[in-house]
Order: sequence, then structure tokens, then C-alpha cells
Amino acid sequence: MNIVDRRLNPRGKSLANRQRFIRRARSQIMDAVRRASAKQGIADLGSGEKVGIASDGLREPQLRHAGSGGKRIYLTPGNKEFVEGDLIPRPPSGAGGRGSQASAGVEGQDSFQFVLTREEFLDLFLEDLELPDMLRKQLRLTDTFKMVRAGYSVSGVHTNLALVRTMRNSLARRMALKRPSNAELAAREAEIARLLEEWGENGDNPGEDPDEPVSDEHGRLIEELRHQRHRRSRIPFVDPVDVRYNRFRPEPQPAASAVMFCLMDVSGSMTEHMKDLAKRFFKLLYVFLTRRYRHVEIVFIRHTHLAREVDEETFFRSPESGGTIVSTAFEEMQRVLAERFPPDSWNVYAAQASDGDNMPADNARTSALLQRVILPACQYFAYLEVGAEHREQTTSTELWRAYRAIAQAGFPIAMRKVNHRSQIYPVFRDLFARERATREAEVSS
Amino acid sequence: MSGFIGSGADWDFDALRRAHDHCADIAFGELKLDIYPTQIEVITSEQMLDAYSSIRMPLMYRHWSFGKHFARDEAYYRHGLRSLAYEIVINSNPCLCYVMEENTLAMQTLVIAHAGFGHNHFFKNNNLFTQWTDAGSILDYMEFAKKYIAQCEDKYGEPAVERVLDAAHALMTHGVSRYPRRRAPDLHDEEARAVERRAEAERTFNDLWRTVPGRAAGANLPTVEAERKKRLGLPEENLLYFFEKKAPLLKPWQREILRIVRHVAQYFYPQKQTKVMNEGCATFTHYHIINRLHEQGHLSDGAMMELLASHTSVVFQPDFDDPRYSGMNPYAVGFGMMQDIVRICEAPTAEDRDWFPEIAGSGDGLAVLRDAWAGYRDESFIRQFLSPALIRKMKLFSVFDDGGPELVVKAIHNERGYRAVRAAMADMFDVVQHEPEIEIVDVDLIGDRCLMLQHRVHNGVMLEETETAMVMQHCADLWGYEVKLLETDATSDAVLKRHAASPRRS
Repeated sequence: MNIVDRRLNPRGKSLANRQRFIRRARSQIMDAVRRASAKQGIADLGSGEKVGIASDGLREPQLRHAGSGGKRIYLTPGNKEFVEGDLIPRPPSGAGGRGSQASAGVEGQDSFQFVLTREEFLDLFLEDLELPDMLRKQLRLTDTFKMVRAGYSVSGVHTNLALVRTMRNSLARRMALKRPSNAELAAREAEIARLLEEWGENGDNPGEDPDEPVSDEHGRLIEELRHQRHRRSRIPFVDPVDVRYNRFRPEPQPAASAVMFCLMDVSGSMTEHMKDLAKRFFKLLYVFLTRRYRHVEIVFIRHTHLAREVDEETFFRSPESGGTIVSTAFEEMQRVLAERFPPDSWNVYAAQASDGDNMPADNARTSALLQRVILPACQYFAYLEVGAEHREQTTSTELWRAYRAIAQAGFPIAMRKVNHRSQIYPVFRDLFARERATREAEVSS
Repeated sequence: MSGFIGSGADWDFDALRRAHDHCADIAFGELKLDIYPTQIEVITSEQMLDAYSSIRMPLMYRHWSFGKHFARDEAYYRHGLRSLAYEIVINSNPCLCYVMEENTLAMQTLVIAHAGFGHNHFFKNNNLFTQWTDAGSILDYMEFAKKYIAQCEDKYGEPAVERVLDAAHALMTHGVSRYPRRRAPDLHDEEARAVERRAEAERTFNDLWRTVPGRAAGANLPTVEAERKKRLGLPEENLLYFFEKKAPLLKPWQREILRIVRHVAQYFYPQKQTKVMNEGCATFTHYHIINRLHEQGHLSDGAMMELLASHTSVVFQPDFDDPRYSGMNPYAVGFGMMQDIVRICEAPTAEDRDWFPEIAGSGDGLAVLRDAWAGYRDESFIRQFLSPALIRKMKLFSVFDDGGPELVVKAIHNERGYRAVRAAMADMFDVVQHEPEIEIVDVDLIGDRCLMLQHRVHNGVMLEETETAMVMQHCADLWGYEVKLLETDATSDAVLKRHAASPRRS
């Protein structure tokens, strides 16, 4: 008998099956995801999501008997009062006459619930969305790396051998360990040869063995030579510890070349409902951008009669009120653009949410700013007009009319109206749908 | 023997081994079980869910349906609607027993006795398993299957592989051979048979036969139809086998996938036929072992109480009018019958002597059980061994339903009803009666290559319509041409319904 502890085996063995299942149930899960998104707050969007799907299309059909019809005999336990020949009224369903077969037969046809992970949910939620026009221009660059030199390392491939550095180390080591050089050996050999020669001139016969010391001097020299040779063989010319390689590391290319401006009206004319709609829209935009693009900058600007660039937290949470001057927001955007995002190296996108009210005196200025400064710098400008929940807007607002005129003049501006929170997601998809984006890109190019 | 197995929620591997050794003493010494070497694998609940969803195989190829089962089982488990099994046991050599880490030591002892000895003995000895499955090679085969299908996915794309697997899974219930296939005779056999036949004819020669008027010349020449059917091996009840061998448009890798699914189906077929016996054998074994362990003082009273509680819930059979009722519980039936057999052998009543003259009073109930475990399947086991005493104890009765507004009680647990109840019970556990009898009967080779299937309808029980249409679609996709299914009444040969499907062009 063996006991094996399998608890530490890699987890998630069924992940591949799960992916196949999700792909298979894609359309149903998509529906469920969209329904879920309309129901719950965008704030907790993306914490794992429970979705229920009907298992149509996920059926695993088999050849089996129908659940009813024909003549059948059932066998059941627990008889209390029946005797042979008794007639029992047919039970509605479930208990009584149903054999084991019927209960086995209906398996797998009811709908069932399961939990999508945050990743899976957002992937499906944001599927097919993208920033228009971005792909062609810059997205290609966003994930590229360049290898740059980054000093030396002790390991690497031979082609990266840093010869100079290696030889320098080798030299230093040889000097430190006093490795006899060629010149030193040659000098010593020459001296021995000279001694032998002197010996020969003196008429004494050299012995048979040339290494046989002929004098003390000679013996010392031979001994030294042997010592030096030995040392040389022990201390290599280039030791593995000397070897250095050029090191390279991948440097992400400065590719954060897209910026999204979120402009939100928070003035007094915006009711809580409208602010909620606008915030939902921007939250969605935020989730979409942060998840889809690693290098997209987001600038939050909110305005009343004054506009201010704020951080994410303030943008979504803190309250404010006041009059409405839309042009201030554009001025703020213009300032930020000039300061940090020169349009020749950045893809600029902007999304504006407002109830359409503006101080009448400001309309002309707003139009002019938009037309002359903002739109020429922008790749895409989306305008979302939020309205009261139950009132159908009969007349167009000031801003809507002004923007429509601009749009008709052929500027890249998309306009949508939203009255209810359930419209947010469809409108959002509409604004950033991939097909639409590419189609427009084709038209504009 | 010495040593207290221990108690409490904590266990370690030494304690597990000790528990196993104590169980082994009783299993070999008293029950005389014969088992494959056991390999106990400790797993977490997530791994248990994994094993659940991939039809309880430790290795399985990838398919969305397993993901679906996992998602559903997981949801049930998380909501506490369903608890996980304490163990899973694989019919392999060595026999793999998965035990959950959450089990208490007492529970692990029960699980080892149940799976490691009970199921294991059954796998090794029951003739359905020994004939139809190869415990030694199943894990290697599944390893191969998993790799092969993964390779196919790489080569031909996941959707293409998925289509074949979907179709194969739909036909899995009809991908089983119930009889060994006849080997095609080779020349040598043919010759031997001819010689034998001639010798037989000479031995039994009688000139009188010459005077008997013979059939008209050519009458026993095979017709074109019969010849065609013979060539194609028709009729064929193993649909997967037929498609694998004969479907004209399949690629070799598609045939191999059908073959893999067919092998898996065949491997599980004995388990489907022996639910009552397999679980009965395991439950009987664990019940015997834990009682002996308790008597010998290896299990504390507390541990014994815990085990009895879980044993009782396993063998609980709710009455038909109980809201918990969902058919007969195979554990209850199996365990009840096996206890009953031991009783009949050791303390028979006069009735038992009438009903079971061969075994009543034989004294060695365990020997009778070992024979039964080796030689029977559910249906034959019940037909042979269900005793009147047990029928009375369970208050079994059978009900006849002909679709009318009222059901008729056909037989109850009395003298007149025992045999009818026993037959009804045996039929209920007979897999063959629950799976529609479907065969491939003919192919229109000269015309449009339409494949003809036939469902022989017994007692007017037809096929489930929507699913049949889906399965027919899969058949048509595999065959590549039109497929027709006729539902014909088994007694009158009248055609009751027709299904047809044409292949999807993809």
C-alpha cells in the first residue's frame, strides 16, 4: 500500500475545460453579463460576478427513452396501505410513480448559476470595445521593448562576451597572483643558456643530462625556472572568474501616447440622478481604459462656473455645486494639453457629460473653443447628455444644438442622450464599439 | 495486534497507515478478499471537484462539458446544496483511492475499508470487470488519449476537435459492445472448418436424405441485401464502432477520437451494470471491518458512533411518499441483500430453505457472497438473490402505468407478489432495458448512401424527441450523408415514428 499526498499538485486542473465551457456558452453568458451590469452599481463592477444561464445549447444530448408514454412498471419501497389491484390517481409529478429513470432523465436541462471571476467578467463585459483610430496610429507601439545596454554580467551567451572587460579582469588577476610572464621565463632561460655556454668555454664537458646542475648558480636557476613554469600552469591566462558578458535589459518604449480627458458638469442644475448617470458613464470608461490599455493617461476635469483638474477620487466622490460655464472646462483642457500633452505626439480623446445647460452668454465661446482648439487636437470627442429619468426631452438643449451644428460641419464628434441607467452600457458600447470605430476610421482616412 | 487507531479530526500519514493495516488484517484474515495493490491519494476538496467533473478519471482529455459539470458542481458545493463524496476509487492496477483531506481519521478508516478493500475486491474479481476492462493499462491509455486529443487541438483547431467529441459523447451510451466481436476467419480456419464439415457429413451419411424434396436451386443464395449487410457487419448496435470503422468521410484523427471515446464508454460499462453490487460489496465490507475494529478495541466508541451515523445515512432508503425519495438507493439495496444472504446462510427460516435450497444453512455466508461478487451483475444478482424477507422488510411494491389517469398496483410484498416484485426490481436495474435498443440496420450504398437506424420500441416507450433530433444531427455529421432513424414496434414491426437528419456543411 502506498500513500501519496496529492494536495500540493498544481491547482486549476480544470481551467482549460472552464475556458472551453465559457467559449461555448459565450452568447448566453454575454447576455447574462449585460443584464447583471444594468442591475448593479458600476462601483462594484468587476468584483466576481454571479451569472445564471440557461443550459440550452449546452445540452449533452443522448439517445434515451422519453420521460412518459408507453407501458411502464415502477418499483418503489415503503408500501403502507396498497394491496394488489388498487388504483392510484396519477401523482402530479415527482413523487410516487416516478422511477429512478425519470429523475436521471431530466438532468442537465435546468438553468444553473455559476460565478465568473473578475477577469472573465471584465473580459466579456468590455469585449469588442476600443478607442477609435488609436490602433492605426499608436497602439502598435504601446507594448514594444527595446534592448538597452545595462552594464555587465557574469553569465550570458558567448556572442555577448565583453572581451575588453574580460581581459582587464584577467590582467588584474594575473598581476595580483604574480603569474610569470613570457618575458620573465625567457630571461631566466637565457640566463641558464648563458651559464651553460660559460661552462662550455671553460672547457668542462657538460653532463649527459642538461638539467643536471653544473653549479650552485645553475641549480638555483633551474629550480626557479621549474617553479615559475609550475606557477604558470596553475594560474590560467583567462580564468572563468574573469569572464564578463555585456548585459542587456528590455526597456519599455515611451509609448503612453494616448490621453483621455473626462469632462463632467457638476453644477447645480445637474440633479443627483444626472450626476449618477454621468459618473456611471465615466466609471465605465475608466474601467475600460485601465483594463484595456496599459498606457493611457486619464485626465479628470470637472466644472461648474469654474473648471479644475482633479484626481480620480475627487472626480467620482466629492460633491460640488454652482453655475455652469462649459467653456471653462475647455480652457482647462486646453491648458493641460499645452502643458503636458502636445497633440503632435499624443492621441487625444475627450468625453464630456453634461445636462446640456450652459450660461447663454457662454455658448458662442464654447462653440468656438470646441471647434478651433479642442476638436482639431482630438482624435475622437464623445458627448453624453444626461436627462431626467422620466421626462422625455422635447426640445433640444443649448449645448446639443450647438454640438449638432459642429457635428454636421464634419468634425469627429459623437453625441448620445441618456435618461436611464440601463441605457448607459448600451450607449457606452455604441460609442466605443470596435466595428464602428474601424468603420469611421476608414471613412475618415 | 495492538494499537488504537486514534480519533479526532487530525490524522497523519502514520495513523493512516496504521488504520490501513488494521483493515487489511480483517479483510484478508476474515473476509478473504483478493485485491489489487492499493494506492491512497490524499486530495483537497477542489481536486475532488476536478475529479468529479471529469467523469471521475484522474486523467481526462479536455472538453467543455467537463467545465460545465465543474461549474455546476462547484456552485452546488459552495451553496451547501450538495456535499462531496468522501472518496473516489478508480478501477486500475494499482487501485487508486482518493480520500479528502478534511475527513477525520475515523472517516479515513471507513473510506479505506470501503474503497481500498470493498470496491477494490469487486474490481479485481467481478467477471464483467475482468472481461471488459483492463485495469493495468487504463491510466496509460488515458494519458495517451489526453495527449492525442491535445495534439489534435493544436493541429486541427479546438472547434474541429470539439465537434467530433460532441458527436462522440452524444453516442457514448451506444458505443458499447455487449458481446465479444467475432474474429474474421482466416484461410487456415476456413480450411479446418471445411475438413471438419466433410468429416461430419461422412460420419452422419444417410442416403435417405437424398429422397427428401430439396429447396429450389438458388433459394439459399444470399440476396444482394443480405450480402451487403454482411460485408458492412450489419446490424450493428455499437454506433461509435460503426462510424469509426465505416463512415466514409472521416479523417484518421477523427476515427481515433471516436475510438478513444468508445474505449472510455466500454471501460465504464461494467460500472453502470453493477451499481448495486459494487456499492453493496463496498458497504458490506466497510460495515464488517469497522464493527470488527470496534470489537477489537481499535476504534473508540465515539469514532464508532461517527461511522455508524455516516453508514446509516449512506444506506438510508426513503419511502416512495417521502419528499427525499428519488428512486431506489443502490447502497441500500446492495447492502440489504448482502446482509440478507449472510443471514440466509447462517440462520435460515423455513421460507429461505424453500427459496434458496442451495445456500440456506450452508453456514459460510462470506463464501456465497464472494461467489456472487465474482459472477453476477445487478440484474442477475437481484433475480437470483432477492429474498421474500427483504421484500417484506423494504415493503416493495410494483405499479403499472399505461398512461391512463390511474396507476395500478401490480404486485406487493405478499406470497402472490414476491416473484413479480423481484422481476420488476431486476428489470429496474437492468441497463439494457433502460437504454433504447438502437441498431444500424442498412446503408443505401448504391443510392444516396443514406444510413438507416432502427429503434425497436418495447411497450410503446418512444425516444425523447428533442434530444434524439440533436443526436441524429451528430450522426449525420459523422456519417457525412443523410441519416434516418425508424422507431418500429418490437412485436408488430409497425413503424411508429421517423427521424431524419442531413449533415451540416462546415
